[in-house]
Amino acid sequence: MKILVNGAWRETQHAGLARALEELGYRGSVVSTAVNGEFIATSQREHTVLAEGDRVEVLAPMQGG
Amino acid sequence: MLPLYSVTVHSRLMLGTARYPSPAVLAQAVKAARAEIVTVSLRRESAGERAGQAFWTLIRELGVRVLPNTAGCHSVKEAVTTAHMAREVFGTPWIKLEVIGEDDTLQPDVFGLVEAARVLCAEGFEVFPYTTEDLVVAERLLAAGCRVLMPWGAPIGSGRGLNNLFGLTALRAHLPEVPLIIDAGLGVPSHAARALELGFDAVLINTAVAQARDPVQMAAAFAQAVEAGLAARQAGPIEPRDLAVPSTPLIGTAFRG
Repeated sequence: MKILVNGAWRETQHAGLARALEELGYRGSVVSTAVNGEFIATSQREHTVLAEGDRVEVLAPMQGG
Repeated sequence: MLPLYSVTVHSRLMLGTARYPSPAVLAQAVKAARAEIVTVSLRRESAGERAGQAFWTLIRELGVRVLPNTAGCHSVKEAVTTAHMAREVFGTPWIKLEVIGEDDTLQPDVFGLVEAARVLCAEGFEVFPYTTEDLVVAERLLAAGCRVLMPWGAPIGSGRGLNNLFGLTALRAHLPEVPLIIDAGLGVPSHAARALELGFDAVLINTAVAQARDPVQMAAAFAQAVEAGLAARQAGPIEPRDLAVPSTPLIGTAFRG
């Protein structure tokens, strides 16, 4: 299944957001997620099912003013 | 002592964390500024680089309170979603709310700002809105539930200082009890001292420190300026006059009478 992760097309074997994030290399990272513009809390990732073409944002702490 | 929602801080200098030459210089600058609060942001994380993880470790080691921002958001929806994501990652109800309305000046979209503030305050966020010096907008933000305001001094990164002195002074006079933090546009320590002299409660500095030739020395200079400005405010500055008033007593002056 192809999904758009941080603006780039990626292939994932998992429809569940939590497993997809692990597959994409985010295991153990402090990140926050949104799918199609909606915030998905960490506790909800297990229950969030992705569909082909979904837009996933994976954000982490960064310098800011 | 400056109350910001349920927290009281001592330092009147808040520091942004972007655009420093290196993480080490950032850490030294935060210490030199004696800052208790630093602003942070959220950006897309690359699974390969994991740059955000290293940055977050650095900030936690500094032992300062973080104020996450919604920089880069141009709509209420983006700002509200980013605030939710920030609350989870940073573990704080604080959010420096930015809804940008115009890209050349990064001027706040005050209509979107008020709407986003209303949504977030209702959800329990403690909102620090980045706004203009407009009195009516300030009133609307307070009505939305904000208890702190962050009016701009000048466009972000411009270094121009307090661009609209009259407007800012009027805002301070109109809202004497509301913590007001000058956010953005200050360039040199005298700008910060001036803000405190005028009665503003604190300043947030980023570019002026981060892009200085020596950011650590500049951070220390801003810290001194803020302390001087606050002390001067507390000491009660004299009012400017148009004509001279002799400071040396005239009684007993030689060669007269």
